[in-house]
Amino acid sequence: MSGTSLVTARERALAVLGGEPDDATLRRYLHGIAGVDAVGLEQRAAGLGTRSIKTSSKKWALDRIISLVDLTTLEGADTPGKVRSLVAKAMNPDPADATTPRVAAVCVYGDMVPYAVDALGSVHGDPDDGLISVAAVATAFPSGRSSLEIKLADTAEAVANGADEIDMVIDRGAFLAGRYGLVFDQIAAVKEACRRPDGTSASLKVILETGELVTYDNVRRASWLSILAGGDFIKTSTGKVQPAATLPVTLLMLEVVRDWHLMTGQRIGVKPAGGIRASKDAIKYLVTVAETVGEEWLQPHLFRFGASSLLNDVLLQRQKMATGHYSGADYVTID
Amino acid sequence: MSRLAVPKTYKLFIGGAFPRSESGRTYEVRSADGGFLANAAKASRKDARDAVVAARGAVAGWAGATAYNRGQVLYRIAELLEGRRAQFTAEIEEAEGLTRAQAGAQVDEAIDRWVWYAGWADKFAQVAGNANPVAGPYFNISVPEPTGVVAIVAPQDSSLVGLVSAVAPALVAGNAVIVVASERFPLSAISLAEVLATSDVPKGVVNVLTGSPAEIAPWLASHSDVNALDLVGAGELDWVDLEIAAADTLKRVLRPEPGPDAAAPALDRIAAFTETKTVWHTKSLR
Repeated sequence: MSGTSLVTARERALAVLGGEPDDATLRRYLHGIAGVDAVGLEQRAAGLGTRSIKTSSKKWALDRIISLVDLTTLEGADTPGKVRSLVAKAMNPDPADATTPRVAAVCVYGDMVPYAVDALGSVHGDPDDGLISVAAVATAFPSGRSSLEIKLADTAEAVANGADEIDMVIDRGAFLAGRYGLVFDQIAAVKEACRRPDGTSASLKVILETGELVTYDNVRRASWLSILAGGDFIKTSTGKVQPAATLPVTLLMLEVVRDWHLMTGQRIGVKPAGGIRASKDAIKYLVTVAETVGEEWLQPHLFRFGASSLLNDVLLQRQKMATGHYSGADYVTID
Repeated sequence: MSRLAVPKTYKLFIGGAFPRSESGRTYEVRSADGGFLANAAKASRKDARDAVVAARGAVAGWAGATAYNRGQVLYRIAELLEGRRAQFTAEIEEAEGLTRAQAGAQVDEAIDRWVWYAGWADKFAQVAGNANPVAGPYFNISVPEPTGVVAIVAPQDSSLVGLVSAVAPALVAGNAVIVVASERFPLSAISLAEVLATSDVPKGVVNVLTGSPAEIAPWLASHSDVNALDLVGAGELDWVDLEIAAADTLKRVLRPEPGPDAAAPALDRIAAFTETKTVWHTKSLR
């Protein structure tokens, strides 16, 4: 998987904005977008969450969820050993059932990328081909509070170490202060830093941290801003701030992605992350994706779950469906 | 003009809350002479599943409490039962068609059994545990530890005494319990749950399901997250099948006991839901 080329991204942004992406132009554009009907949005999300998915559909959904998971460990206490065991789980989620699909990617801090790449070995690659890619959080994750030089160095190091995907955080402070030009330039600069010497580029996920953006209007503006600046994916949260991913916020971001696709033909990915722990919740997200942007989006380069404990719950559900009796935490890994 | 009676809705007791059955089903509970008593919730397999989750979440805290504290909490249940003696007596009198004196004697027996088991909480380990003699400079100590989550099919021909006799011993060592109450006499079980909810028993330690044991028990027997199965009241069911299902996940199983003396107070009932842990520790060599 490779990201979109920078030149076309910038040209496209200029065409959409009708001018240079400075504070004034972006402000005029982003504030010109219609406001969000919060009640309608939440009602729509709640409605999508009431679908009853059973038997063979549920089986399909559970397997699809696994193949869309970015299996994540983002702790201060992460060790090379922890990353290796995470990779082992990613490659073979349920050792008792060989039909279990692999996850899409492992998501780690930048300094853990070499260990993840090493542990994956020949399985390292594009999740669309059934392999597992390595995603690294960068740009002073999770707060994003450092200078641009440090953010770029952080990103470049992760890419050089073999990361296929970069999860960057936007500068929420700058966004909330209305300095949209600064946020745009930073995303564009990080996108540039994702480029590899051979001309290909790591895929860029832009984390909005919707829990800190306060309003749905801000989420919609930040989504547009991130896509305009060249993000390949928009991601809800770092997982370090509450509330993290919610169904209404994800629906809203999917609507932006749908509108952008109608406008430009380009497909942007969405990644809800943080707080999705139960299979039942994850299935609601699948329904929302299919109903908003289409089933075409339910593949690893267009939709991901950022999760750690979700995988175990999905495995328990799979075991229940396979054996006919309820399973328990003793039958999945401790993580 | 006569006053319109306000009948009580009896719900389930799961994780310290009183939910209706996930399935929305209820069934009519009738008195000994066939009159309508109440609607009770008819639990489904998903209620059993939720109860197991609640019980599993409660094990660590309850097993981790000191034995003395568990004894105090269990004794407190007896105190509260005593305070609601009249309510339980009336319930049993109606449901089982007994005289007031007979029903009162049942309540007294239930209270006495709580007290008896409460007293064992901080004495049981001294009796069941041991300092083993070994040929070496070591202490070798065996202590009973709780098994974990215990599913119980309560005696079916008793309102209160049977239920208490099955639940109390499992709690003594620090297990969390899911109990399927008597199908015919479920009301006292839910009234007992109201006592438990307002006593000091942590939520999830006792979960009470009402409905058909024949429907619910197989799901509990095969559930991988249940560690032990007490079939004391399952004599009318296909309990051999339940035992076979339980064997798949290596559960401890107690077989059905028939008759009015089912689950009579005994140390063995406490020991049945414990596992013996033996530790070696060096003696000081000076």
